Amino acid sequence: MNGQALYDRLFGAGAHALTAEGRFLRGTARIGAREAAVIGTLDHAAIDVPLALRIAESILRAVHADAASDMPPRPILFIADTQGQALSRHEELLGLNGYFAHVVRCVDLARRQGHRLLTVISGEAVSGGFLAYGMMADRICALPNSQVRVMDLRAMARVTKIGLERLEELAKQSPVFAPGAENYWRMGGIHELWSENDVWPERLAAALACAGSTDDRAAIGLERGGRLLAAPTAQIVANP
Amino acid sequence: MNGLPISYLEASARKRLSGLLDAGSFVEFCPPEMRRSSPHLALLDAPLAFDDGVVTGRAALAGHKVLVAAQEGRFNGGAVGEVHGAKIRGLLDRALIEHPAAVLLLVDSGGVRLHEANAGLIAISEIMRAVLRVQAAGIPVFALVGGSCGAFGGMGIVTRLCTEVIMSEQGRLGLSGPEVIETVKGVDEFDSRDRALVWRVTGGKLRRALGEATLLVDDTIPAFRAAAAGLLDRYQAQPPMPGDLAALQAAQDELTERSRRFAAARDGREIWQAFFADASRVPEMSVDEFNTRLGEMA
Repeated sequence: MNGQALYDRLFGAGAHALTAEGRFLRGTARIGAREAAVIGTLDHAAIDVPLALRIAESILRAVHADAASDMPPRPILFIADTQGQALSRHEELLGLNGYFAHVVRCVDLARRQGHRLLTVISGEAVSGGFLAYGMMADRICALPNSQVRVMDLRAMARVTKIGLERLEELAKQSPVFAPGAENYWRMGGIHELWSENDVWPERLAAALACAGSTDDRAAIGLERGGRLLAAPTAQIVANP
Repeated sequence: MNGLPISYLEASARKRLSGLLDAGSFVEFCPPEMRRSSPHLALLDAPLAFDDGVVTGRAALAGHKVLVAAQEGRFNGGAVGEVHGAKIRGLLDRALIEHPAAVLLLVDSGGVRLHEANAGLIAISEIMRAVLRVQAAGIPVFALVGGSCGAFGGMGIVTRLCTEVIMSEQGRLGLSGPEVIETVKGVDEFDSRDRALVWRVTGGKLRRALGEATLLVDDTIPAFRAAAAGLLDRYQAQPPMPGDLAALQAAQDELTERSRRFAAARDGREIWQAFFADASRVPEMSVDEFNTRLGEMA
């Protein structure tokens, strides 16, 4: 599902005004009774400098617009579909990591200004591209069939020099390295997995209602049994 | 002892800390005796470290109270797994309780540890949010980049979120490492064995010229210490403010301008030509001369 069909399913027909410009998406949509700013990437976009700048600019624009209005800050919804960061010498030379850090700062500014931040993963969410914006939201939801990963198992086998069969075997019991939205859910990195049977506009409104500004992912990962050491280890160092 | 200052690049994480911090002031949190190693590496029969490749603690630096985390590049390339990442995140959380003069991150990392990739990716995003929280509380975070693994992947993003970035000429900073780009895009795109090219694209002098590293220092532990001490003095007088809309709009303009100005650049030489009349001499300039001449232009 993509384009209009996806947006109709996500927000309800007539409840969105979104424009795609290449692999960049922006506009507004209704979530429950509220208007939200929507910012996204499409078609498994590789996030490069121009795309990072457009994401950041759109966030700043939303913050600016709402700072000038009497209404409370609107929620911002990120629709993430990214194969990861662009791989190129030119991008590295410019300092793509610094451009991503800028996006992250803009997301943080929006949070500090009182915007609630949601991410819906549609398609793929991979590594650096996902780190740059989708993963920084208050609440992260994955549509059915979304792919979430750092690297596929074949490449991982090559780099770690551990046999593919061994990795595939271990992947069945451990959520810790194998690709999959379900694994990220168990580890607290994704808050909600949506199904085809769900009424997505209702889920979206519910997600917005429970989005908070504190980072509770380590505690959720512990509760769901997928990440047992993160919360207690951080606690040992934070407050021995 | 031969009397030469110790190379920061070649030192271990613990050696760096012992030279960087005031003698006898370091207290380690979650030390190796606690045996907090990675169960995920154990499952894969990969080598373990009792500190999981990162040292965290409290210390004094030139009399200022600091919290520090030092990544050990010799263990799994300083890569971030569940425990490793949680120790850094915990340290940043602790800063909100203890209010040190600064948090120092001695970054030496290729990014996410693939053996526990999902945990590593989530951990890095937790570190990002924690760095921002600490800064919002008025506590500066300094990244020190001069280790053999540089600062790449998610740790390259974390580094650029820090209030200040102290780098040596030998330090490297980026997102995707040259090997990754070469593997996916081919040797014509990026020849990772061409050390001089790698350095011109990711190294300290390039990053300093672009303004991403805020200080360039010699590859010695005392040089890093002196730079950090200077920053601690400065921030004590004037605590950092979290970026507001105007500051981030200015950053947006600056980054947009950089991408326009260097729209076709693929080599650090093209950047240096914008700053130095004799750009070909940049590799041989001493750090002092480089800094002086860069300062003259600012």
